[in-house]
Amino acid sequence: MSEDAITRANPSGQNAGRALALLALALGLVALPFLVQAVGQPALVPLATRVLIYAIAAASLNLALGVGGMVSFGHAAFFGVGGYVVGIFYRTYVDDGLFLGLIPGTTQLLVTLPAAILVGGLLACLIGALCLRTSGVQFIMITLAFAQMLFFLFVSLKAYGGDDGMTIRRRNELFGLNTRDDVTFYFICLAVAALVFLALWRIVGSRFGMVLAGIRQNERRMAAIGIAPYRYKLGAFVISGMGTGLAGALMANYLRFVSPDMLHWTKSGELMIMVILGGVGTLLGPLFGAAALVILETVLTSWTEHWQLILGPILLFVVLFTQGGLTGLFDRLGIGRSER
Amino acid sequence: MSQPLLSVRGLRKRFGGLIATDGVDLDVVEGEIHALIGPNGAGKTTLLTQLFGELSHDAGEIRLDGEAIDSLATPQRVHRGLARTFQINQLLPDFTMLDNVALAVQAREGHSFRFFAAARGDKSLRQRAREYLGAAGLAHRAEIKVANLSHGEQKQLEFVIALACEPRLLLLDEPMAGLGHAESEQMVAMLANLKGRITMLLVEHDMDAVFALADRISVLVYGRVIATGTAEEIRENQEVRIAYLGEGDA
Repeated sequence: MSEDAITRANPSGQNAGRALALLALALGLVALPFLVQAVGQPALVPLATRVLIYAIAAASLNLALGVGGMVSFGHAAFFGVGGYVVGIFYRTYVDDGLFLGLIPGTTQLLVTLPAAILVGGLLACLIGALCLRTSGVQFIMITLAFAQMLFFLFVSLKAYGGDDGMTIRRRNELFGLNTRDDVTFYFICLAVAALVFLALWRIVGSRFGMVLAGIRQNERRMAAIGIAPYRYKLGAFVISGMGTGLAGALMANYLRFVSPDMLHWTKSGELMIMVILGGVGTLLGPLFGAAALVILETVLTSWTEHWQLILGPILLFVVLFTQGGLTGLFDRLGIGRSER
Repeated sequence: MSQPLLSVRGLRKRFGGLIATDGVDLDVVEGEIHALIGPNGAGKTTLLTQLFGELSHDAGEIRLDGEAIDSLATPQRVHRGLARTFQINQLLPDFTMLDNVALAVQAREGHSFRFFAAARGDKSLRQRAREYLGAAGLAHRAEIKVANLSHGEQKQLEFVIALACEPRLLLLDEPMAGLGHAESEQMVAMLANLKGRITMLLVEHDMDAVFALADRISVLVYGRVIATGTAEEIRENQEVRIAYLGEGDA
């Protein structure tokens, strides 16, 4: 499969093969709960759900990092805040109170998800507006700093569990579905992930996406054709924050728990690793990367608690030898691409 | 002479102890090709970069068509009708030639906060980009990634992108540098063909090209314009000969 064409030159002729592979992937994801049931491994459904949720977060990060060249080391902020939106809505609902004396609680997924998107976007607008005045290493460090500030803020918020986090006794409701059921929740996440990937695919190919990819390649060139990079970068950063907030809200539902762990800088690192593993700037790379990291973590932790010792070399290998992550690897193994 | 399209007065720029631009006065008249020559290190590129707003000046004034543009950022100056080519190519290496030009066309159509329709599927955008490439004889290379183009082709692409900005004043920074003989002649022909339609400020070391193309020439030495005039006047100017054409001992 070769999706890296989304931000690069797009030679025609492989579109049919690509569409076919995409169709096979979609069918596989839809059939997955039934397949794992058939082989007697129903525990794989929650694992796949986790992959999908991380894929949403990584794909959102990828818009900023891979397409726009903004190496954000603070995306855990949006992920965690998305989770806290669900947690705080739930706590407010249970207490029958008003958040900030204004907003009543809710357990409706149709409210909490858009709210998480909104909060993620607003936060990204705030953080981005400041951070995007820098670039390079400064940008990496200042995004990290903002995320850590939020981490410590939530650690100190005793009303919402502080260090220990909050338990969400029941997943959010959606149309009377039994969201507690793993397969049902898997399909909800699959539907959301499909929408997110579809949206990102359109955005990357749009005029906005072309400008963004141009900015990654050469900001000076973009200024010289009359495009001020700042607002486009900020726009992409906000969209990226929205998607990551959404993923955080799903994760809080999945775990039925939210804690400052979701905001920790290592979470930002994990999301970056997923993007890099899968292939920076590719459409489906984040999905492959999320799958690879979640599965590796699950398999390796069953062997040893020092699983990161093994993960490290694997990551090194991918970065050094695959030239474009798993997507690049698939490209060379699968349909031979004709590079000119 | 009518009001100049570009008017520079007392432009000054200092980098620490080095005075790169030392009170430059310069007028470029609508429709002319105005060449800017001078020895290496005279501050020609620095001057272009200040005119284009990529570098701020310490003192002085830049007017485009009578309006001060000193406080405008580069993108705004582009919208006012400035464009430039770079001596060291500034291109989008992962994109094709066509993408590079189409983006310039797109930028002229206002903001790009359009998130849904596929930009590469926009026929009018692609068509106009193809026309610009076609006019430069590059249509057959449109789908080639920039990173895979020859240096000469990249140089030509620089020029085509600048044209796609539909400038009133085009700042050209050594468009002939690094080109082969045939490519160089082709570039001179293209510039000659555009003469009168687009006003140009041309920085160039190739004196044959300068004398063939330029209506007027300004000579920059140590950040100062020491002479401005027609090719004849510049050739005869004693000060220029001493400072620049290397005939000081004559």
